[in-house]
Amino acid sequence: MNNMPLAYGLAMILFAVGLYGVVCKKNAVKIIISLLIMENAVNLFILLIGYRKDGIAPVMVKGQEASEFASMAVDPLAQAIVITSIVIGLSIVALMIAIAIRLYDRYKTFDTSKMKDLKG
Amino acid sequence: MIELILFFKIIAAIIAIESKNLLSAIVSLGAVGFALAIIMVFLNAPDVAIVQVLVEVVLLVILVRATLHRDLTDLKGKREFFVKVFGIVAVGAFFLGIAWGLISLPVFGSFPETAVSVAVPSEWYLAHGLRQTGISNIVTAVLLDYRAYDTLGEVTVLFSAILGAVVILRKKR
Repeated sequence: MNNMPLAYGLAMILFAVGLYGVVCKKNAVKIIISLLIMENAVNLFILLIGYRKDGIAPVMVKGQEASEFASMAVDPLAQAIVITSIVIGLSIVALMIAIAIRLYDRYKTFDTSKMKDLKG
Repeated sequence: MIELILFFKIIAAIIAIESKNLLSAIVSLGAVGFALAIIMVFLNAPDVAIVQVLVEVVLLVILVRATLHRDLTDLKGKREFFVKVFGIVAVGAFFLGIAWGLISLPVFGSFPETAVSVAVPSEWYLAHGLRQTGISNIVTAVLLDYRAYDTLGEVTVLFSAILGAVVILRKKR
């Protein structure tokens, strides 16, 4: 177990906190908040995977050798993917909040256990 | 340093989930997101940190708009006992599986060895990015040149999600 880094484990604890909220909470807004916490944790984990100790940001400055830069910079691919993921997460939240507002207008509550129209 | 901010994030997340007031839960979620932006600065990812701060502000505005004039009190009834036990068991099983997987990962901070098959394109971008695209910021080069179709798909998802939100929230005549 001594091989497991603390930062990875803490990111996964954050994910587990979000998972607990999604499974055990009744309030629709609380469920959305828990999903956002899970998304945060996954983005952070991808960035941690691409980190290089004592590295530099993947932005070249003037007069820098390409080979020296390539041996020092952190992973640019993980950062590009995380930017995409963050922006998509925002649009998904807008959609989820729109559905939650609609449900509130209809049932006058955010309580998911009171929304029984489709219950079999 | 990163671990310290991560502890702060976990505490803020627990407050966000267990708080009785929806508005304070949203503010705690903002603390989680801005702490992530600070961690990104420590991880040498300035572009991602800028995007994270921007998105977090818009997201808090959306969430506060959704809950401000609605019921701000917590729901009285508790979940059934079985659901709570099932939730804790599911989280525990997940965490055991994750711990088993994390042991086989390389040490934190050793980027080229982290994932052998995945790290090959990253190193290619770093070594040839400036010569092939003429962009000194390699993240932007990946986003808008090497993987431009990915960005096109992202914009498509963004467009359709916002379209769906507008359709759901339209006024009934």
